[in-house]
Amino acid sequence: MAYPPAAHSSPPRQPSVKVILAAADVSRVVDRIAHQILEKTQGAADTVLLGIPTRGVPLARRLAARISTFEDVTVPVGVLDITLYRDDLRRHATRAVGPTDLPPGGIDGRRVVLVDDVLFSGRTVRAALDALSDVGRPASVQLAVLVDRGHRQLPIRADYVGKNIPTALAENVKVTLAETDGEDEVRLFGGEPA
Amino acid sequence: MIRHLLSGADLDADTATLVLDTAAEMATVAGREVKKLPALRGRTVVNLFYEDSTRTRISFEAAAKRLSADVINFSAKGSSVTKGESLKDTALTLQAMGADAVVVRHPASGAPHRLADWVDGSVVNAGDGTHEHPTQALLDAYTMRSRLGRLAGLHVAIVGDVLHSRVARSNVLLLTTLGAKVTLVGPPTLIPVDIATALAPGIDVSYDLDTVAPGVDVVMMLRVQRERMSDSYFPSAREYARRYGLDGPRMRRLPEHAIVMHPGPMNRGMEITPEVADSPRSTIVEQVANGVSVRMAVLYLLLGGSNR
Repeated sequence: MAYPPAAHSSPPRQPSVKVILAAADVSRVVDRIAHQILEKTQGAADTVLLGIPTRGVPLARRLAARISTFEDVTVPVGVLDITLYRDDLRRHATRAVGPTDLPPGGIDGRRVVLVDDVLFSGRTVRAALDALSDVGRPASVQLAVLVDRGHRQLPIRADYVGKNIPTALAENVKVTLAETDGEDEVRLFGGEPA
Repeated sequence: MIRHLLSGADLDADTATLVLDTAAEMATVAGREVKKLPALRGRTVVNLFYEDSTRTRISFEAAAKRLSADVINFSAKGSSVTKGESLKDTALTLQAMGADAVVVRHPASGAPHRLADWVDGSVVNAGDGTHEHPTQALLDAYTMRSRLGRLAGLHVAIVGDVLHSRVARSNVLLLTTLGAKVTLVGPPTLIPVDIATALAPGIDVSYDLDTVAPGVDVVMMLRVQRERMSDSYFPSAREYARRYGLDGPRMRRLPEHAIVMHPGPMNRGMEITPEVADSPRSTIVEQVANGVSVRMAVLYLLLGGSNR
């Protein structure tokens, strides 16, 4: 018998749920990305982290916190809402618009690191790049994601990847974070039975 | 989300709050270098104005353009209306041109409701006769919330020609939905008591501004429409100004935090003196700026998704 792809709302519990990253793994991965950002940006000078809602925002805050622990530098953190820049607005019921909150110094002439939880089709990042160009002109833009699950539909790649997860299109990667969901975990739904 | 915005009563508390929250995000666009969002790219918004208007039409036009919609302005003057075209035929013409939304102002109460039956797109009432003006009520609510931090529990006095005011009617409906307490103040000839109190529960009526003033958070002055001044609703303009106009001494009897609103255009010296209109308590200029944000929110919520 074939297993149907997981529905978004009620994923089948057994046997097609697989924990990819547990809480301790998530924290190690965030630490590593923080180190990589420090390394690749020469100490995170003139760098701004912008989280893409929902889960990119707590991730960006955690990265900034880890960076300041490791190197004692304060990296400004902001929020970039991309709702109005999505290319699928008309395919769904009207989406609520969230706040965009840029750090006081702005982003002009700085290095912006966009932060999101999952990199999939690349459409979210495309929308974020469009939104970014309307709020300022950064010197450069980089991308940090917790999970890259492949299946890109646009020529976009991440500069910092927490974990590459090879997936089938029918599968579904779900990231939960303590700030938004109560616990840190990355799970894969709808995969082959273990 | 609803399909049309015809009345202040079309919005329940959650939807109205969503509009105000969305407007707050839209307001940040005004402070940006690029004052444009791509959300309504390829959509067409028609401004169908059968009555003269500057601020409302320009406000809707700016709102639609900031959301990248195409805007077609239609005013009855200089159009086929002067050749006798009916509202329905004009509506069908707009329909054939592919209008996604029609923003309509009309001297006849109820015209937008008729229009909503004839076109596939969304209809936004931008003022119909003496009936309703829901986006004005939304921008007033937005202004109160941004100045005073909340709407629930606020005491709002709406002062003046309630009988002919679409602004008053929409505000009564929306503000009570959002938990504010409304008192209508004006000469007895200009407050239809039974109708006004039936509009929404808990509406109070007073004929004396001075007894109401010390207990309010918001005073909303209505324009005295010049055409009414000769209709013997009140003895003289001077007497009206004396009893129901807001001047400096009367403003100073308001609570410290109270704000003064006016939907414009003002008759300075009639319902409001220049001293009050230009004081820091007056939100009149803010109301105009907020109007664009609120109308952006309305157009986005009506047209932004697939729920049509």
